[in-house]
This record gives sequence, C-alpha cells and structure tokens, in this order.
Amino acid sequence: MSEIWSYLSRGELVWLTATLMAYLCGDWAFRASGRSPLVNPVLVAVLILSGVLMVTGTSYPTYFEGAQFVHFMLGPATVALALPLWAHHGRVARVLVPMGAALLVGSVVAMGSALALGWALGLPMDVLVSLAPKSATAPVAIGITEELGGLPNLTAVLVILTGIIGAIIVTPLLNGLGFTDYRARGFAVGVAAHGIGTARAFQVNEVAGTFSGIGMGLNAVLTAVLAPVVVRLFL
Amino acid sequence: MIGSIVILLSFQLAGEVIARGFGLPIPGPVIGLVLLVAALWLRPALEDTMRPLTSTLLGHLSLLFVPAGTGIVGNLDTVRDSGLALLVVLVVSTALAIVAGAWVFAVLARRFAPEDGR
Repeated sequence: MSEIWSYLSRGELVWLTATLMAYLCGDWAFRASGRSPLVNPVLVAVLILSGVLMVTGTSYPTYFEGAQFVHFMLGPATVALALPLWAHHGRVARVLVPMGAALLVGSVVAMGSALALGWALGLPMDVLVSLAPKSATAPVAIGITEELGGLPNLTAVLVILTGIIGAIIVTPLLNGLGFTDYRARGFAVGVAAHGIGTARAFQVNEVAGTFSGIGMGLNAVLTAVLAPVVVRLFL
Repeated sequence: MIGSIVILLSFQLAGEVIARGFGLPIPGPVIGLVLLVAALWLRPALEDTMRPLTSTLLGHLSLLFVPAGTGIVGNLDTVRDSGLALLVVLVVSTALAIVAGAWVFAVLARRFAPEDGR
C-alpha cells in the first residue's frame, strides 16, 4: 500500500485528480450554502489541498507537477473572455470614459493603499514589493515581482488571497453602500480582484462578469506599467 | 470542440509572439483576447462555434486559480511571521480599491449611459 502511494504521490495523476476533486467539493459547498459569497469555491479547494499536502508531506513543486495542467488553462480562459466582451460591446463602447477613470483610480488605490498600510504595519521590504502587484492577474503579477526583486512565490499567494477576499466582500460591501449599476460593480471587482473577482461576478450577472473581465485585462496592463513607478515612489 | 480549443490556443500564441516580439508590458493572453474580439467583429459566426467551450471554461474560472492558491503551503514561514498584518493589508486595500473603482465608474456612467447598468 505504502509502495503504491509513494509511486503515485510522485506522479501527476494524483495531484491533477486531487485538484479537480477539491474544486468539486468547493463548488458543492458553494451551492449547498445557497450560493453564499462567504463560501468561496477557490478558498474551500485551497484549504482542502493544503491540508492534504501537509498531512502527506508532499512539497508544493511535486503537487504543481500535476496541477500545472489546470494552471495552464488560465491563458486560454483569458482569451475566452473575448466572447462575453464581444456580446456586450455596445454597452462597453458607451462607457469608455467611466472605465478609464475607474481603472486608474482603482489600480492606484489598490497598489498605494497596500504599500502604505503594509509599511505602517512594519512589513519587510521584500514582502512589500511582492505585495504591490497583488490586484493584477497571477502570471502578470509574478512577472512584475520578478522584475522588481520581490518574492514570486509569495506574490502568487497574495494575488490569489486578494482575489478570494475581493470575491467574498464585493457583494455585501457594494450592496451595503447602495451600488446598483452592475457595470460599475463588475468592473471594480475585476480591477481590484482579477480573475477570482471575475468568476464571482459571473456567478451574479453576465453584465457584471463581462465588465469584470475587462477590468481584469486592463488592470493587468496598467499594473505592469505603474507598479515600478509606485514602488519607487514608496520605497 | 477541438476546433474551438485550437482557436483559443492560436490567439494566445499570437498574443505571446506579439508581446515578446515588441517587448510589450502587456500579457500575451490579453493581446490574444483583443485579437479574438477583432476576429469576432470580422466573422460574427465564430461566436456560435465557440460559445459551448468558452461558456464551460468561464463557468469554472474559479478552478483555474486553485493550483496557484495552494502555493500557500510553500510560504508558511511568511504566513507565520506576517500573516495577520498581510491579511489586514489585503482586506483593507481590496475593499478600498473596489469602492473607489465602483464609485468613480457609477458617478461617471450616470452621465454617459445611465440605462445600461441593470
């Protein structure tokens, strides 16, 4: 038995299957909760897998050998956002000015407030640098951190946590403040919380999801341009 | 289905080639997204072909972030040292960014296209 396990746990099949199963559990929990934003499918799946990796003493690189096939699909999924964007292009074209302004404000607030608060709380320099691009989508944020001399692995985690937090808080937060425009709601969560925010927005409404996808794409670009400037200003 | 996968991958590939070739700070898949919108504009029939695949993919977008998120087990030292401070920073700054972005968008959208938002 332990021989079979030691063979399998080094292979890709186990960790690919585990990733999909953990996601199914997360998705089931989300539905069972009556689609509560608090029961975020990514969060549930990550908690399950982290527990399994720690209990079995499996390293993250070993796990990722199998999970990379899922991770790879982030690229094609980003390209796929072209379809909802095309389907709603009329709506999008009418709000180019609000989008541009909200992008700039959202992106600068995301980076600036994180650096200011992190500095005030005494976080070390390399952690602060890794924190700066947290609102951009994972592959872009990791590239930015590498360029600025941060910790790429830490950035990946901070990006995902930002996405989960954004997806959890966006609905109660914006309901509480009385925002009813689904374009504004979706776009803002896409800028602040990238693809996980976008996944949440699609759970709520297709218009919100579409604008969230645009926000995510635009902020990936803007963060790449602004992060070096903002980091140099602060640190 | 296979045809749709090839289309997505080809546009991503083209995006990567353009991003690297011109040294752009824009991620390859984002350029691929823009190119695919242009292709849909030229050939609207493409939409019906690709819908089944893209709906499935975008319907399970959350799944694709699970491998990167599980990276937290590789960063337990940082979590132990600065986990609470990091959590406070992430929650506060993400909330501020969402509210600031939504507020600017909503205020300006009321002037440009108030009827589209519902």
